[in-house]
Amino acid sequence: MNLKISLQIAQTHLLSKKRQTLIAMLGVTFGIAMFIVMISVIKGVNKFLEDSALDSSPHIRIYKEITSNHPSIIEEANPSGFNVTYHQLPKNELINIKNGLQIAANIEKEPSVLGVSPQISSQVFFNKGPVPFSGQIAGVDVMKEDKLYDLKKRIKSGNIESLLSTPNGILMGKVLARNLNVKVGDKITVTTPTGNLKLVKIVGTFGFGIQTVDGVKCYANMSMVQEILQKDKSFVTDIHIKMKDSQAALTYAKVLHNQYGYKTQDWAEANSAFLAGDKIRNGMVIMVSITLLVVAGFGIYNIMNMNVINKMKDIAILKATGFAGNDIVSIFLIQSIIIGILGALLGIIIGFVLSYLLSSMPFDAGDFLDIKTFPILFEPKYYGLGMIFGITTTILAGYMPARKASKIDPVAILRG
Amino acid sequence: MQINKPKNITESIAPPSGAGGAVLSASNINKYFYEPDKFQVLKNISFEANRGEFLALVGKSGCGKSTLLYILSTMDTDYEGSLVMQGERLTGRTQDQLAAFRNEHLGFVFQFHFLLPEFTVLQNVMLPALKLGKYSNKEIEERAYQKLKLVDMQDHALKQSAKLSGGQQQRVAIARALINDPTIIMGDEPTGNLDKKNSEVVFEIFKQIAHENNQTIIAVTHDPDFAKGSDRIIEMSDGQIIN
Repeated sequence: MNLKISLQIAQTHLLSKKRQTLIAMLGVTFGIAMFIVMISVIKGVNKFLEDSALDSSPHIRIYKEITSNHPSIIEEANPSGFNVTYHQLPKNELINIKNGLQIAANIEKEPSVLGVSPQISSQVFFNKGPVPFSGQIAGVDVMKEDKLYDLKKRIKSGNIESLLSTPNGILMGKVLARNLNVKVGDKITVTTPTGNLKLVKIVGTFGFGIQTVDGVKCYANMSMVQEILQKDKSFVTDIHIKMKDSQAALTYAKVLHNQYGYKTQDWAEANSAFLAGDKIRNGMVIMVSITLLVVAGFGIYNIMNMNVINKMKDIAILKATGFAGNDIVSIFLIQSIIIGILGALLGIIIGFVLSYLLSSMPFDAGDFLDIKTFPILFEPKYYGLGMIFGITTTILAGYMPARKASKIDPVAILRG
Repeated sequence: MQINKPKNITESIAPPSGAGGAVLSASNINKYFYEPDKFQVLKNISFEANRGEFLALVGKSGCGKSTLLYILSTMDTDYEGSLVMQGERLTGRTQDQLAAFRNEHLGFVFQFHFLLPEFTVLQNVMLPALKLGKYSNKEIEERAYQKLKLVDMQDHALKQSAKLSGGQQQRVAIARALINDPTIIMGDEPTGNLDKKNSEVVFEIFKQIAHENNQTIIAVTHDPDFAKGSDRIIEMSDGQIIN
């Protein structure tokens, strides 16, 4: 087999039928370009959703789980008897983490931990006229919280420093603030579940781009929340932890649970709905990609098949003059490979351009998502994948007609 | 790949012999067609061809002369009997081995000229030699020009072959058949599609090849003038050699 001649013949064939070559190439180009755009959009959306979910939730949250699911005294005393307990109520438990501040300080020493924010969190009502709005207030050290969630960037009005200088100030989610029709400087009454009232001053608003956060959450100083809940200075209900590597959180959460005995929730558990959506979207990408590539493959198969049929006479002559089956296969396979490589390259370029245009297209998702343009992921890995897919498909699609060509019986054609 | 093997055998078994040595011998060739019914096309055909001999195969349509030629050409392997060329038994070899053998030892000229239309005249002539790979590209080009000169087509070397007239294409096909200096050149009605003048040109070239280059020519023909001018006429009828 002499690849040089095969290449020369393949080249002449391709160049003498420029339009046919171009159409075959465009089949691959379209498939690969659409694959790149699809995967960039879906991966971009996935990453955006994941990021916004992860950014606004801690990697690990430590809290005390309150449950009424514990055995009654009579059951403990008489485990084999037939006991009936009606309306069992939870024990009168405090929801705080004992020594929470100390635990937080210990965790912070861990080198893999990015930041720790102990906080006291409670359901509250905001009274504006006759209508109570429910919300959630978190008493935090706002500087620590900033380290975890990059609060400064998410401030829409006011600033976080004024929270430090205003003991009764709060930072309010922007959707909640809009619903309450309040802005920076306004005052509003907070009612705790135990019935205490407190007049607070709004010093800023923030937006995470997630409705479930922006519509309910407020930040306040830890001491103020402890005061309205009538708790002492060491009372914390939650410890939020951010790790340097989010994957490490999954194992570290278990370590913390064993170490301190409190319920630990990692980000994957807290965002399982998001992650399930991720999986579904990824599955869709794979299905659509395969469809596109199969269509492109059939296109090439058809065109190469036609090419072989058109070239039957030539194949017969080549065989008569001493070209072996392998030479014929290589001649036609080389054509497919050239079509595949050029088509895939062009597809990657067009895919990139389309993705780029999409990424600069304005996209208004309202309050639901905090984005201005389509989230597109530019990942070289997928471009490489597109290239590999494109070339593999063309080789497979080109091999069958090439094999057919090598099986042609020259006698039948030369005799006419 | 397999090009070298048969070549070596050739050189050891059949050293180039002078005029008169048998370069091709077919013995007891039988061939059947199975479509639509089983039908014996060739019946026990045996003959020999000598070096430098100009053979014409004649006979009525359907007598099996073309079928015989394609068996001799090694392209048709579905037959009974044995075929020996240059001292090598070719019956039972694989398609690829036969292709390598054809490349080096056989040249073909067909009725419908059969050049590769997208290639230039020069490329068409060069291809079998490039496949053989015995000479460098430059030498092959030089040799191709020589062969084109022999058929008086050297001025058209760089033209696309599809743009030539029928007679010109046939001359190029002869040049292509000669490029590897084959022992045997086979023609399937090489003048069948040409006018009288071009037929004469082709005939003269064939004659020259046989007598000056000492290459064997086996041509199937309907043209009585062409047959008359050959060294030996093999006449066939109903799948048998009658003369």
